[in-house]
Amino acid sequence: MTQLALVIDLNVCVGCHACVTSCKSWNTSGAAGYLADDNPYGSDPTGTFFNRVQTFEVGEFPDTQTVHFPKSCLHCEDPPCVPVCPTGASHKRAADGIVLVDYDKCIGCKYCAWACPYGVRELDEHRKVMTKCTLCVDRIYDAQLPPADRRPACVAACPTNARLFGDIHDPDSVVSRAIRDHGGYALMPEWGTHPANHYLPRRRTESKVGPEDLQRVDNPLKLDGRLPQPRPDEPSLDDAMSW
Amino acid sequence: MRPAWSVILLTTLLGAGQGLFLAVYAVEAAAHLRLSDASASGRLQAAGAVLSVGLLAAGLAASFFHLGRPERAWRAVAMWRTSWLSREVIVLPAFMACVALYASGHWLGWPAPTVLIGAVGVVLCLALFLCTGMIYACLKFLQEWHTPLTVLNFFLLGSASGVVLAAALAASLDPQRLPALAGWGAAATVAGLAGRVASLVRNARLRRRSSLQTALGIRHPRIRQTAQGFTGGSFNTREFFHGRTDGWLRMLQWGFLAGAFALPLALLGLAVARASPLAAAAAFVVQYAGLLAERWHFFAQANHPQNLYYQRVS
Repeated sequence: MTQLALVIDLNVCVGCHACVTSCKSWNTSGAAGYLADDNPYGSDPTGTFFNRVQTFEVGEFPDTQTVHFPKSCLHCEDPPCVPVCPTGASHKRAADGIVLVDYDKCIGCKYCAWACPYGVRELDEHRKVMTKCTLCVDRIYDAQLPPADRRPACVAACPTNARLFGDIHDPDSVVSRAIRDHGGYALMPEWGTHPANHYLPRRRTESKVGPEDLQRVDNPLKLDGRLPQPRPDEPSLDDAMSW
Repeated sequence: MRPAWSVILLTTLLGAGQGLFLAVYAVEAAAHLRLSDASASGRLQAAGAVLSVGLLAAGLAASFFHLGRPERAWRAVAMWRTSWLSREVIVLPAFMACVALYASGHWLGWPAPTVLIGAVGVVLCLALFLCTGMIYACLKFLQEWHTPLTVLNFFLLGSASGVVLAAALAASLDPQRLPALAGWGAAATVAGLAGRVASLVRNARLRRRSSLQTALGIRHPRIRQTAQGFTGGSFNTREFFHGRTDGWLRMLQWGFLAGAFALPLALLGLAVARASPLAAAAAFVVQYAGLLAERWHFFAQANHPQNLYYQRVS
């Protein structure tokens, strides 16, 4: 069974909000109509976004790290928002595991938003129905797009490749490998929602260079040259300067 | 959570209507089973049931104001297998129809079937209490609500206000029933007080299962939000925060403990002592106002885990 999901690498995200604007741009132009965007240049702007990038400071000054944290619907494998919906508008697709809202059935009662611990559902003030990340379902299956563009708008926009997209039930997919190799984890595991989206933790990326990296100890084919070394009796730079 | 007036009115009006029906039917059933003197005139039942239908209809009307798309409300009957909200949407009209039938039976003077219709009504009434309570109690990460006390309190508080209203009706229509109904109203009010205080004590001792650490998956003990991702408001900042201080909430708590429980008990005592319909009516009005405050507090006190993600604008 397929479960499409995003894997977000917190080690790589720089918090540029390109995924936020790309998401809004794609989803405000879709068949379901525009997404609310009121007072964009006023004192109290408000609107609907399916994706938000938040920023957290971890640690105590001066030993702090800034973590940029993109948050969108996690497409839970056991989504608490689906069974509470009285109309069946909120549903999880059996074919690919995407959690969707049928905008034509939604009555706007907000019960699903109450039932989501992650706060990723937003009621659109103009459509008056619940809206959320669709994993760009109107994009990833569009045969008219070039194959490279058949992925969510946020993934396509990310300049640092912090967002990966794929099937987490396929053990050989890029997302499954990333989760396996880099300790991918789910948010709020205590509620048993089994989010499909995973996050890759921050990790040390500094590299240490030792002498063995500069010169091979065993040099079986004798191909590597020796690094130039001064002869012990040659004057060193210090000796030259102290004339 | 931000309390919505539509839902506050819905739950309090339904509770009063259900309790009123239970009270007038209990009077009839007691007379039928010869537990009390069989001089039931039927006027109390007819008036009570009509008023009950009116309260239920007002609650139903209030609920439409909660919906973004009220014209599609009929769709809400679809998912009764999984959704308590859907079950409530089915049980409420069934219960209203049953109470309306019960009222017309008394109005037209058919005493025999009303006992049976009323028995069906009691089952539907209890089912409606269960559905209304479970809508909130089934959300496991809203820890303030995820307890059997939620369902119990919806039942006890709804019954209390309804029985007190029945006592107020009896004071005008059937004064000899006033002491008994006032006694039952006082008993239900005391039981409601016990249940609500139990939930307040429980919620004060609650240990949160979610924290910023589990929300982000970062185990460092010191995490501080520096930006929530936008400068203005959003659905997330409006729907899940009540925007009042803790002190205000505490004051409201003492206010509803007085308004929903202490004052109505005193007024009921006065109504029985003086046989005063005015005091009995005042008992209901004060208790209903107290229950509005109680319900506001019930919603405001629930702390949604999504709030962990929305702590600071920048």
